[in-house]
Amino acid sequence: MDFNLNKTQELFRQMIREFAEKEVKPLAAEIDEQERFPQETVEKMARLGIFGIPVPKQYGGAGGDNIMYSIAVEELSRCCATTGVVVSAHTSLCMSPILQFGTEEQKMKYVPKLASGEWIGAFGLTEPNAGTDAAGQQTTAVPVGDEWVINGNKIFITNAGHADVYIVIAMTDKSLGTKGISAFIVEATTPGFAVGKKELKMGIRGSATAELIFTNCRIPKENLLGKVGEGFKIAMMTLDGGRIGIASQALGIAQGALDETVKYTKERKQFGKAIAKFQNTQFQMADLKTKIEAARLLVRSAAFKEDEHVANPRVNFSADAAMAKLYAAEVAMEVTTKCVQFHGGYGYTREYPVERMMRDAKITEIYEGTSEVQRMVIAGKLFGKIK
Amino acid sequence: MKILVCIKQVPDTTEIKIDPVTKTLVREGVPAIMNPDDKGGLEFALQLKDRFGAEVTVVTMGIPAAEIILREAFAMGADRAILLTDRKLGGADTLATSKALAGVARKLEWDLIIAGRQAIDGDTAQVGPEISEHLGIPQISYVAGLEYDEAAKKFTVTKETEDGYQVLEFQGKALLTCLASAVKPRYMSVGGIVDAYGKEVEVWGADRIDVPETELGLKGSPTKVVKSFTKELKAPGQIHEVDAEAAVELIVAKLKEKHII
Repeated sequence: MDFNLNKTQELFRQMIREFAEKEVKPLAAEIDEQERFPQETVEKMARLGIFGIPVPKQYGGAGGDNIMYSIAVEELSRCCATTGVVVSAHTSLCMSPILQFGTEEQKMKYVPKLASGEWIGAFGLTEPNAGTDAAGQQTTAVPVGDEWVINGNKIFITNAGHADVYIVIAMTDKSLGTKGISAFIVEATTPGFAVGKKELKMGIRGSATAELIFTNCRIPKENLLGKVGEGFKIAMMTLDGGRIGIASQALGIAQGALDETVKYTKERKQFGKAIAKFQNTQFQMADLKTKIEAARLLVRSAAFKEDEHVANPRVNFSADAAMAKLYAAEVAMEVTTKCVQFHGGYGYTREYPVERMMRDAKITEIYEGTSEVQRMVIAGKLFGKIK
Repeated sequence: MKILVCIKQVPDTTEIKIDPVTKTLVREGVPAIMNPDDKGGLEFALQLKDRFGAEVTVVTMGIPAAEIILREAFAMGADRAILLTDRKLGGADTLATSKALAGVARKLEWDLIIAGRQAIDGDTAQVGPEISEHLGIPQISYVAGLEYDEAAKKFTVTKETEDGYQVLEFQGKALLTCLASAVKPRYMSVGGIVDAYGKEVEVWGADRIDVPETELGLKGSPTKVVKSFTKELKAPGQIHEVDAEAAVELIVAKLKEKHII
């Protein structure tokens, strides 16, 4: 057993840390303030291959693994959580299900353009009446001739409006419950597809979050992902991977806040000495550091399990991903809240990044399954069927 | 076109600490990086590769751990990497280093050699020019810009001087030393990183280069460090006791003299 990154992962970490520090960090406050999608960063990341990290080379990817992908989201989020989630939603929620459940034709058609970053991906599951209870889908897909006709609305969709390809979950046979749900690939240029209201959010404000509207949106038959009735399973398995992305995002936010606070508390003087010299600061920060490292081990272990799953689909990593996401998100919230406190009045202003980090951290406890959903997944695995 | 790029691993610090006893750099606990000017030189080479399809070979002389900067060079786009490492090369000053690197160059085919202006750990700016002397080829130092006319097989180089720039043209073989400030080196690509450890770093010992042992390493180094110390800043400046009008004229004249205005 080896807890160290391998040489390739370490070289990658070095690159992505430098990229995040030099290219992402300087824009973080601005895109938050302006609620602006970081298009220029997206283009830079595309050129480096960051949108295709865990994608096999035959589909135009970098041929890396999920640990590298997790490190990428962590390091980007350490500087800017918005940038982290752009990559996470694209990779885990759009490319990954096409790779996992798509036909060879679908993979060849969509993955190379997504992996190169020429196209950005997104995923639509949540509806006004189907959030945590994802089975209550009201969007419908009806077969008509050689096409599927989709009608309905999706909300809170990350990368909406900037994405070129959407994985859309819709009801194909309401009488079958979750077994009547199917998954589809929808291109943004399809007539009948529109992006609605953009949400004004507390955090990750540069990330585009909007509604998707389907009005007799006709897509070709071959854009069904997987088989009819497999949509719920595809969505749930997609979210397993997505949770590792969000866990990595939470971990990065926590680490970023801790790093800022170490710097600040060494500079800030009160009662004649740096506040880092007070034992209260030291003990609290030691606890936060320990929690971040524990979260990192959970995240890495879940990413490792996902790589095992890629090699052998019988390996299940649902509970691992749920534990990583649950813990990392709660650590991110605790760390950022305390880091604002260490900054005192300055921490409550936009002059220091911890204020943004605290707002950004909150979403990690909510999206891609709330902390309560993660506990349901973990408990389900723990108890199995209870008589 | 074949380009040989000389790179060096250096401690990443602007506050270089010197061991008061051994007079050498304290390297412990300081992360090691590819020297910034060398990385600039590699970027110049890779830009030529992007535009004209050059083959880029990187070479470094150093300890076995210096391999990592060669992997980084692979991940940036280099085609071939050579690590010149041997205990016999240890303790080399700039002369012994340049002789060893010239020895490597003699064993390879190349059209152009690119080095960094200077390394941030020694700041000598000597190794590149010395290599060109050993090889008997022209050199242009402080390169801030590089253009190539493929049809005429002619390079146009912008060389930085204290007062401004010189624009020089050359054909045939030459050695350039480059400035990190002149170019923004590319990041390693993700695909390049994934492939970097699958490629071969050629490890060369002193026996691979035809340079007498007496000219290598400590034995071949005439430089002896007698004392190392941190130099204190002294800027005497000039004092002119004149009226305001004359002062303006004086300052303007000085600025013109320096080509600042």
